[in-house]
Amino acid sequence: MSDTPSELRYAKSHEWVKNEGDGTVTIGITDHAQELLGDLVFVDMPEVGDNVEAGSECAVVESVKAASDIYSPVSGEIIAVNEALDDAPEKINDDAFGEGWIFKVKLSDAADLEGLFDAAGYDALVAEDA
Amino acid sequence: MDKQTCLYAAHKSMGARLVPFGGWEMPLHYGSQKEEHHQVRRNAGMFDVSHMTVVDLEGPDARPYLRRLLANDVERLKDSGKALYSCMLNEQGGVVDDLIVYFLRDDWYRVVVNAGTTEKDLAWLKKQAEGFDLRITPRRDLAMIAVQGPNAREKALPLLPAEMRENVAALKPFNALPGDGWFVARTGYTGEDGFEIMLPESEAPGFWQALAAAGVVPCGLGARDTLRLEAGMNLYGSDMDESVSPLESGLGWTVAWEPVERDFVGRSVLEAQRKATGKRRFVGLLLTGRGVLRNHLKVFAGETEIGEITSGGFAPTLGRSIAFARVSAGIGETCDVEIRGKRVVAQVVKAPFVRNGKTCISL
Repeated sequence: MSDTPSELRYAKSHEWVKNEGDGTVTIGITDHAQELLGDLVFVDMPEVGDNVEAGSECAVVESVKAASDIYSPVSGEIIAVNEALDDAPEKINDDAFGEGWIFKVKLSDAADLEGLFDAAGYDALVAEDA
Repeated sequence: MDKQTCLYAAHKSMGARLVPFGGWEMPLHYGSQKEEHHQVRRNAGMFDVSHMTVVDLEGPDARPYLRRLLANDVERLKDSGKALYSCMLNEQGGVVDDLIVYFLRDDWYRVVVNAGTTEKDLAWLKKQAEGFDLRITPRRDLAMIAVQGPNAREKALPLLPAEMRENVAALKPFNALPGDGWFVARTGYTGEDGFEIMLPESEAPGFWQALAAAGVVPCGLGARDTLRLEAGMNLYGSDMDESVSPLESGLGWTVAWEPVERDFVGRSVLEAQRKATGKRRFVGLLLTGRGVLRNHLKVFAGETEIGEITSGGFAPTLGRSIAFARVSAGIGETCDVEIRGKRVVAQVVKAPFVRNGKTCISL
């Protein structure tokens, strides 16, 4: 459990959020989430320029087993997507908190970050599910 | 409460993710489903298929009984040990289950049926047995392990009972051999060479560990599903069930029409359907656009909905998504599949997609 990075924030729906400190955030899914999903084979990414609402579906990851929605934990504008995942969705399995990032959002309300879990809170949530 | 096979402890200790399947708690994978798939295509993998049910049919009427019960004809089985794939139909021509039947002696056949359909199958077997001199014995004392892949036979042979090895090494595809309480068949559900091995439950954990020590990789139901899909093999409950006939499930080749006087269950309905026009076709699909084909996605030709995917997924050997679909007769060379509200183009192809490690379709 100590593998959950302490500098990130987490959503109940198993996304992580990295505050880049310039009004933007990077978002991916947690290592726990990728492990539950199994080998990932396809990522349906949002469009750069789209506006997203906190809690809304904005991407889909497909594993060998099933498709799962990815929710944006924050509101704002999509400013980048990880195009490397087009050819190598397994980067999410290999490095969920790093090279497996999925998209970046320019925050419309920085207060969205305050409603998220810290690493300890997320670990507790995962432990409850187990 | 789901049942556990005699290999349950071994699965746990090997790190399996266990999931409910057909009333059993079975391994989905032991880490990476994709890697397990590749191991079977390139080397050797093993599957616990003890959840499937072995049934012995013994008695003087075994042959006439099976010729009435099955859409395929056991009369084709001349040599002891020879296997046959068949559907078992209801009176409406729907598929009660698909199975493999092994001919051992005129008064002894062995069939293997699916796990999830076992109770219904046994009831059906008994109902159809009325008037036949026959004993039906579910062999719950047997475990079953499938060892599959280009290196599977070579790795498994030295671990078999000594007195069987020589004869098992000489087994031709789709043939089986009983011996020492074991039963070794050169059959499988992956499109690769290998064995399906039935053995006493007490000996199964030791054999499983010996296979692992020989470098045979444990594989779960996840890889089993993507392997059989690539190999163009149907899955009962997804690709066919009691509501459809084998003629609309890509299984027309398993129906023995000759001799015409053989009156198997469902024959009259099938005969009528055979002559009718406009039957639905069962086709293979290769996704050319982006995404993954999944069970029950709708298939379109232009604006017209023409059918649905019966089983689909990502094919690790191809690096592409493939599926089987049941569609109306007029389908062309391509179609559209609706994935999350968007239409994505798929090519209509002839299964199998992969056999013996080789891609059989043009990508």
